[in-house]
Amino acid sequence: MSDRMLLASFDSAEDLVEATTEVRRQGYQVVDAYTPYAVHGLDRAMGMKPSRLTWVCFICGAIGAIGMLWFEHWTAAVSWPIDVGGKPFNALPSDLPAAFELAVLLAGFGTVFALLVVCRLYPGKRARLPRPEVTDDRFVLVLNEADATFDIATVETLLNQFNVLEVEERVLPAGGNR
Amino acid sequence: MSSTTATDCQVPMEDASALLRPTLVTGNRSLGDVTRDICAPMERKATKLWWAAFLVASSALLLGLTAVTYQITVGIGTWGLNRTVGWAFDITNFVFWVGIGHAGTLISAVLFLFRQKWRTSVNRSAEAMTLFAVICASIFPLIHMGRPWLAFWTFPYPNTRGPLWVNFKSPLLWDVFAISTYFLISAVFWYVGLLPDLATIRDRGRAGLRTRLARIFSLGWDGSARTWHRHETVYLLLAGLATPLVFSVHTIVSMDFATSVIPGWHTTVFPPYFVAGAIFSGLAMVLTLMIIARKVMQLEHYITIFHIEMMCKLMLSMGCIVGLAYGTEFFIAAYSGNPYEQFAFMNRAFGPYSWAYLTMVTCNVLVPQLLWFRWVRRNIVTVFAISILINIGMWFERFVIIVTSLHRDFLPSSWAHYIPTSIEIATLIGSFGLFFTCFLLFCRFIPVIAMAEVKGVLKVKRRKSSVAVSQEEVA
Repeated sequence: MSDRMLLASFDSAEDLVEATTEVRRQGYQVVDAYTPYAVHGLDRAMGMKPSRLTWVCFICGAIGAIGMLWFEHWTAAVSWPIDVGGKPFNALPSDLPAAFELAVLLAGFGTVFALLVVCRLYPGKRARLPRPEVTDDRFVLVLNEADATFDIATVETLLNQFNVLEVEERVLPAGGNR
Repeated sequence: MSSTTATDCQVPMEDASALLRPTLVTGNRSLGDVTRDICAPMERKATKLWWAAFLVASSALLLGLTAVTYQITVGIGTWGLNRTVGWAFDITNFVFWVGIGHAGTLISAVLFLFRQKWRTSVNRSAEAMTLFAVICASIFPLIHMGRPWLAFWTFPYPNTRGPLWVNFKSPLLWDVFAISTYFLISAVFWYVGLLPDLATIRDRGRAGLRTRLARIFSLGWDGSARTWHRHETVYLLLAGLATPLVFSVHTIVSMDFATSVIPGWHTTVFPPYFVAGAIFSGLAMVLTLMIIARKVMQLEHYITIFHIEMMCKLMLSMGCIVGLAYGTEFFIAAYSGNPYEQFAFMNRAFGPYSWAYLTMVTCNVLVPQLLWFRWVRRNIVTVFAISILINIGMWFERFVIIVTSLHRDFLPSSWAHYIPTSIEIATLIGSFGLFFTCFLLFCRFIPVIAMAEVKGVLKVKRRKSSVAVSQEEVA
């Protein structure tokens, strides 16, 4: 990826999605898009795969459920069995509620923690916004000027069909990750 | 050429009616307007009305704190409990507050799964309500332990007493797990939904503590499509987790009663009955709060009459389920042929606490029937009055279930009466104080409407509505 980027601003989600679809169809490299809200259809336009976070959720939930069932069995039937109202020490039905709660707890926390890790979100992180308005009412498409054939004028004409507000070129500082 | 122009101008009938349908958010707001409208109440100085409300709420909280300090210092003899009625006021309040919380999860998670787009205007404050209600609820079992400083004994941790483990066969312990999980997952769900809005506040370009805090807590959110894509996935997963969770929580609360052998408690209808009742009372509380908030914070374009009407319909359906449960209980008691069971219900309706039972049936079954009428659902004053009555009725429902079942049990020699003491009443008032203090602070410091979610549904039209309705609302 080259360190030269082209930023195109839009004021509507529809324009952004259509522009994204079109530039990708013409073979340009979309680095990312910045939007004030979750734009439906943008993931498809950018060719994103379904997130694998669902697996994290499933695995954490399974660990919670199985771990808790084992723990309940171990405390009630192995470590110190206590007779409660003549019930069997290892009573699976009465172990289920707490096991369910632990499954939900671990699945929820595991998924959110994984989200923060994969999106590199942490307290106090300085947000790197292409424009400050992207969290308010602006939509920004970032294209990579991948090679010498990238002609800004052509791209600008193309984007003009989608009511682009502004096109701006930026060069990433050395060592930048975007 | 002219034929092409003609076809261009022809709008199909369906689209034409769609154009006339009103949007969920009225007033033709732009994306920037949404940010401004919702941030405005936080960025201007607190109004006199807010201060007045805060003063009342914090005074009530102070009264509650005093009462709790007193009862912990002196002992649980300060309550009106006796050997027969061992559970009364605290447990009533606990079940009441947990129930209040459930509507928040219904609106934020269940309606999200059902793709009900109108939820975006109310979900943030409903979720906040859930958190505060669960905090209020969890205080009561803590006080009820008598020695709240030993509350950590309810968690299974390696200890020097054996280790002696907690009893996993007890529904009271399931409650510990259910309520803790419910609080934590609700808090995480709320925070994850709040991230984009915190970033919006951060980027408003204002100096001050709010921006600095938003910078820390927005975790560097940048609105990247990749982050949004994952965020949506996680939000959906959390909604999928919260939905069975909310049903499990009140099911487990109902099992505190249903697994005992007390007539009036020992019934299989309790889990669905309690869940419906919880959502019913919670919706009433959401409506109470929303009607005040939309007026005070000028959010009428976001929380429209349509939103209130939708919640009224939900509340009516829940109210009917609750009414059906009341009837079922009586029918099963009569049908069981069990004299103790039959007595418990006759005593409930016609015994010394019949006034409480009458309040409950009037507020929960009769009053909500008014919501069948459209004009009642669309009138703020009537909806507000009904929501308050339902809150009262649902509090009495828990009181009726708990106290009337206990006070006359199998042996007439042990029958007793229960009257709450001033300390218990002060604690209840204090819990309302805590709830409203938290809610008022939330209204001042956090966007009460999920901006990023409302922005996504700005152009969404209602499924069906007449032109007359929209004109009525514009007027």
